[in-house]
Amino acid sequence: MARQFEHDHPYPGKLIIVEGIDGSGKSTQLQLLHKWLLNSKYRVFYTEWNSSALVKETIRRGKKKNLLTPTTFSVLHATDFADRLMHLIIPPLKAGMIVCADRYIYTAFARDVVRGVHPEWVRNLYGFAVKPDIALYFKVPIEVSLERILNGRISLKFHEAGMDLGLSDDPKESYSLFQSKILEEYESISGEYGLLTIDATMPIQKQQAQIREIVREKLKGYKPAPFLLKKENVYVA
Amino acid sequence: MSLKKKKTFYGHGIPYLKTDDLTGKLIVIEGTDGVGRSTQIEELRKWLEVRGCGVVTTGWTRSPLMGQTIEEAKSGHTLNMNTLSLLYAADFADRLEQEIIPALRSGFIVLADRYIYTVFARSVIRGADRSWIRKVFGFALVPDAVFYMRIGIEDLIPRAITSQTLHKRYWVDQSGEGMDYWESGMDIRLGDDFYDSFVEYQKRILKEFDRMTPEFHFQVVDAAKTFEEINRELKQGMLGYLDDDEA
Repeated sequence: MARQFEHDHPYPGKLIIVEGIDGSGKSTQLQLLHKWLLNSKYRVFYTEWNSSALVKETIRRGKKKNLLTPTTFSVLHATDFADRLMHLIIPPLKAGMIVCADRYIYTAFARDVVRGVHPEWVRNLYGFAVKPDIALYFKVPIEVSLERILNGRISLKFHEAGMDLGLSDDPKESYSLFQSKILEEYESISGEYGLLTIDATMPIQKQQAQIREIVREKLKGYKPAPFLLKKENVYVA
Repeated sequence: MSLKKKKTFYGHGIPYLKTDDLTGKLIVIEGTDGVGRSTQIEELRKWLEVRGCGVVTTGWTRSPLMGQTIEEAKSGHTLNMNTLSLLYAADFADRLEQEIIPALRSGFIVLADRYIYTVFARSVIRGADRSWIRKVFGFALVPDAVFYMRIGIEDLIPRAITSQTLHKRYWVDQSGEGMDYWESGMDIRLGDDFYDSFVEYQKRILKEFDRMTPEFHFQVVDAAKTFEEINRELKQGMLGYLDDDEA
């Protein structure tokens, strides 16, 4: 099972994931897709790349005391992911549901390599992960993402700006340098794993139309179990 | 007298760490639960300190970052195989970078009470892929020496089941069990009760250790012998790794 995510999974459900740097608009797009799927009477499970109860406190403590090294940071996030995969992602996939995941293992591949771990090591670390049925990569230039991020709030968070890497003392510049490196990693990852690239500079509606087209095509032949079929619309168009 | 061998990593290593200046020695004592590792290590520490060596000891799940998390997670009993293996990896990575490597850089002898091999055995028995778990720990340093305290199941049972430990767990600690839940492999229930599960679980652990012996060049010490005999063997084995020239 060295790298399970390189082979199709055996579950009746479908796993849809989105990737991209902060401010690429991936979450907005996934939320819109989620509503459309619900409205199409599918059973959908939505999940984010957030810390679970298991290691949340440890990561918080480690960040506060600056105890985390790139390796421990990486292993802790993999532990957390293993826990969420087992408790939140695999059960709905086994039940034949559609799972929408905001960020997936490629986030770790990009970010942890920029922080300094070996690219092959981190890929093996996530060897137990399930391969997504649809993986979308939202490609956006740094300037656009920075503008979108700063638009919404006053300042950048310490780790978000990659300040712990010592690239620059200026949060904005550090962010820009850090995200450029992540962007480079995403470029090679999207080729390596065949992520579908979406031009994230396009208008929201246009992107969404393109995504729905891709998803409609990929879901051909997908039959939810009869007990999963819903009776009413949740969101009325 | 001792060979000046440069330290290496098992797998892809830690790219941002240099190993050229690690002048200390990393000596590992491995062995299953209840085989008497920690008492041997205490004795070795004293012996080395009398010889004038700086000694640091390290053991599983003792990292400041992870120790508490692992205890809490284990008490919840909701872990699956991958999560437990990865929690151990996080604990080990933390101790390696924060304790072991700095100590080796300062020329200490690091006595490790267990190393990555215990996790390999536990993970594989719970269904992990052998090559996956080895790659996860690819950031581990190759020790200068690994002494494996080997014991047969027939010698292990009377050590694990003593009236002292059973009473302590059940009455004093109020844990609700006489034998240890994890050391008996009760999370995977290999038998109808704690005893049966313990025997089957430990048999599998010992088998996995035998399999790793040639793979990782363990130096085998017969742990069925007396404390003094084992201690003498360990000291004898360690002499070759010490830099000093004292008798």
